[in-house]
Amino acid sequence: MGGFFSELGAYLSSANSRSEILGDLLEHIYLALLPLVLGILLAIAAGWLGQRWQVARSVLLVVSNLLYTIPSLALFVVIPGIIGSKILDSVNVIVALTIYTTALLVRPVLDALDAVPPHVIAAATAVGYRPAARFFGIELPLSVPVLAAGVRVAAVSNISLVSVGALIGTGGLGVLFTDGFQREYFSPIVVGIVLTMLLALVVDLLLVYLRKLLTPWERATTSKTAVKVAAA
Amino acid sequence: MTIEFKGVTKRYPDGTVAVDNLNLTVEDGTITVFVGPSGCGKTTSLRMINRMIEPTSGSVLLDGKDIRDSDPALLRRGIGYVIQHAGLFPHRTVLDNVATVPLLTGWDKAKARKRAAELLETVGLPAELGKRYPAQLSGGQQQRVGVARALAADSPVLLMDEPFSAVDPIVREELQDELLRLQTQLGKTIVFVTHDIDEAVRLGDKVAVLRVGGVLAQYGTPSDVLRHPVDDFVASFVGKDRGYRGLSFLSSSGVEVKDAETAEIGSTLPGTNTTWLIVVNTGGQPRGWLPPGSTVDGPITEEHLVAGGSLYQQGTPIRGALDAALSSPASLGVVVDEAHKVIGVVTARQVLEVIEGQPQSSAL
Repeated sequence: MGGFFSELGAYLSSANSRSEILGDLLEHIYLALLPLVLGILLAIAAGWLGQRWQVARSVLLVVSNLLYTIPSLALFVVIPGIIGSKILDSVNVIVALTIYTTALLVRPVLDALDAVPPHVIAAATAVGYRPAARFFGIELPLSVPVLAAGVRVAAVSNISLVSVGALIGTGGLGVLFTDGFQREYFSPIVVGIVLTMLLALVVDLLLVYLRKLLTPWERATTSKTAVKVAAA
Repeated sequence: MTIEFKGVTKRYPDGTVAVDNLNLTVEDGTITVFVGPSGCGKTTSLRMINRMIEPTSGSVLLDGKDIRDSDPALLRRGIGYVIQHAGLFPHRTVLDNVATVPLLTGWDKAKARKRAAELLETVGLPAELGKRYPAQLSGGQQQRVGVARALAADSPVLLMDEPFSAVDPIVREELQDELLRLQTQLGKTIVFVTHDIDEAVRLGDKVAVLRVGGVLAQYGTPSDVLRHPVDDFVASFVGKDRGYRGLSFLSSSGVEVKDAETAEIGSTLPGTNTTWLIVVNTGGQPRGWLPPGSTVDGPITEEHLVAGGSLYQQGTPIRGALDAALSSPASLGVVVDEAHKVIGVVTARQVLEVIEGQPQSSAL
């Protein structure tokens, strides 16, 4: 154990490896979060379609389930053949994770949109909202609470999947694992695991905070209930 | 603004007919109530006025103009709509809910909010509620906000779809009174949907009774519908007490008010009381009855009195006169003036004679 810690200390005290770790971390964030944002946007677009046409809804749900079952490594390898990118290009990871995020979020988006009370939607129509303005002004903001849970799962899933990309040579904290294994050097592996977990934790907390920021009415309502309970 | 239904039919693809050849004109500046059991097409009819539902055949005209010539969203911004459960936007503050239509039509935010604040006052809500979210309001308050939002369009037409059905009876009555009060100020053309015949009779200048399958059974004044139902369906729908309730629309002119003996509270009574005596306060307002056969030593106090029945204010419909007589321990209905001063009594017999003597067509 003592040997391991002195090895870890030596690894971390090297400015070279620290800057390498930082670079990997930043790339990891980029590779995980860009697909998250793209996937959310695509899933919302899919949700819009699925809510309007029953056929689109069924097709979307089946296709998203199927896509999510494709192993990530297989997807990383197949994508260059489909979109014509280089095999080591990080765009492969971004495309693959966007597909996963979208697939993961199609159902939560549909559930979230379904959860908007019909009389609220009817009221919006009745006061003169056009369909697009109603979607962005009423339905989407109201679906945030249900949608947020799905986004948190997708975020954590992306952060963990980016590491797999290292096997096909793209960056991110996964590089620390491949490096470590090749050199039988455990420090980078441990640092990689710890940083991946910390990153997932921080991103998750940020998403919880973002959800709160986007749903001020929920806090107002809960605090009132709390007061009522206290009074009773 | 008048609203005309011309041969309007709504048939769904599965063959269900929701509204069947509806012909009806809603007069300018009146409250018209569509009433009927569920499945009678009352809400469907309402929603065809602002194109939330399109008729299969026939047309709806606003002031003679076919609504199909208007863009649906623009048409709706010009028609106030109050929905069941208020339908407020939960993620927007009360003020922003009310400001919805002004904002949609391109007002700047400050002006729209100023207008919204005025409207909160119009519907009787304190200004500080404006900052809250709908879920922090009671059902009755939410419904008032719903009305304020509908008024923000400042349109001559107001559609109300069972707006008060989700609140408790006391609040409902308050809201109904409030609507009648607002209507005397605003003079809108209001179409109101309900399944509650009492609400229909209370609010409507005209009542349209619809039967299942979307057929108009009867269209007339509340008094017409209560007193002269066209068929068994309408008769059973308006209910068992319709004869008595119909008296709410019958004038009480002709009911002769007899003089009554009164005594002021605090005065003394010589000997034994021989008749039912109305005891009044110094303002002449009734406090109760002193029964015959009672003796009072010293001044008359509240403790000597038997509680009275309902009071009948002269000039109000005859239903009040009959109720006053029937509820009085003396079988004499106490008649008061606008200041609630006793001016005399009526008997049930007198009232019934007047009712029997009134031709049916003299209903208001």
